[in-house]
Amino acid sequence: METLKFEYRGGRPCNPAQASALAGVVGSGNLEILVEQEPLNGACAVEVVTAAVGFGAIWQAVLDDFFARHPLADVRISINDVGATPAVVSLRLDQAVNAFLGGTA
Amino acid sequence: MTQSYYEASARERLAAVLDPSSFQEILPPSARVMSPHLRQLDTPAAFDDGIIVGEGRLDGQPVLAAAQEGGFMGGAVGEVHGAKLVGLLERALDTRPTAVLLLVESGGVRLHEANAGLIAVSEVMRAVLAVRGAGIPVIVLDGGQFGCFGGMGIVARLCDTVIISEEGRLGLSGPEVIETTCGVEEFDSRDRALVWRTVGGKHRTLLGEAGELVADATAAFRAAAIRALALTPDLSLEALEREHAALGQRIERFGECHDAVDIWRALGVEDPERLPLLEAADFNTVTAGKRA
Repeated sequence: METLKFEYRGGRPCNPAQASALAGVVGSGNLEILVEQEPLNGACAVEVVTAAVGFGAIWQAVLDDFFARHPLADVRISINDVGATPAVVSLRLDQAVNAFLGGTA
Repeated sequence: MTQSYYEASARERLAAVLDPSSFQEILPPSARVMSPHLRQLDTPAAFDDGIIVGEGRLDGQPVLAAAQEGGFMGGAVGEVHGAKLVGLLERALDTRPTAVLLLVESGGVRLHEANAGLIAVSEVMRAVLAVRGAGIPVIVLDGGQFGCFGGMGIVARLCDTVIISEEGRLGLSGPEVIETTCGVEEFDSRDRALVWRTVGGKHRTLLGEAGELVADATAAFRAAAIRALALTPDLSLEALEREHAALGQRIERFGECHDAVDIWRALGVEDPERLPLLEAADFNTVTAGKRA
């Protein structure tokens, strides 16, 4: 198990449809992502707890891409991962943010 | 398009079975009430510990509901998971809903926290009986990928009724456990047809263990759950003794049978070999009045 923390700045304030949203399940090759609104001085904080140790650089790349798509401010993203591939992580991030902002999951 | 109950997640099932947008979750993922044991074992934990509990409405009636997520550790019951279920059942004694719905999907006790999980399951059993004793029906929906086994199999049979799909399975020891302990000659867990006709919903319905067989669709489960709200269970001692007598007769009636198909034949079903191929509605027509 490994815990990774990331923080992004320069995002835009958002107007979420709900205070928090969840996507995915903690199962093999899958992950769950909890997105919550929280005053973080404009930051987007991401914490990843993952069963797959040693993939920090790949998480960084996947999350950089995500933040480029969804530059969110004052949002906490918490992830429990069981070895999801980068494509699955990106999909779940988009699902969670869509549900959070009021689209469909 | 019909939504498969089997393929849906626990959250999707709750949303589809209950009245639209009526569900209010208690201890949602953001509360982060998680297993204290898994982290110590260096194992990934879930924000909701694999169970969603809360209150909502079914056909306008107030109900409490829980749904186990099979995708997380096979829906296995750990300490927090079990405590959420017990707390929901005890809440029913205070708020007196029309019914409690349990959308089960569980392999049984979570072995990572076995002692705490075993105690939790016994507490769930006691709470189910207390809720039933208070005149509030407890309705089980069983149609998930992991079925309902181990301690949760016992819990399901303690409830007022079980609504099941053919894909939903119900039992004590699962097929893999039986094969591991008794050998492949006793039970071949890779023989899917054997597994489904032995622990699957059709057989459980014919044995009288499940109250209604439904198609694998969230709408079918919802309709059957609404019908179950009208149940008036007989909790008298006479009814209990009748059920015990009927269970005792099972070994006499079916003790010589080697396969579920033999039992279906003994129950008077014509061409029992075709039962696994029938849709739920046809199955219910063909087997009406022929349940143990």
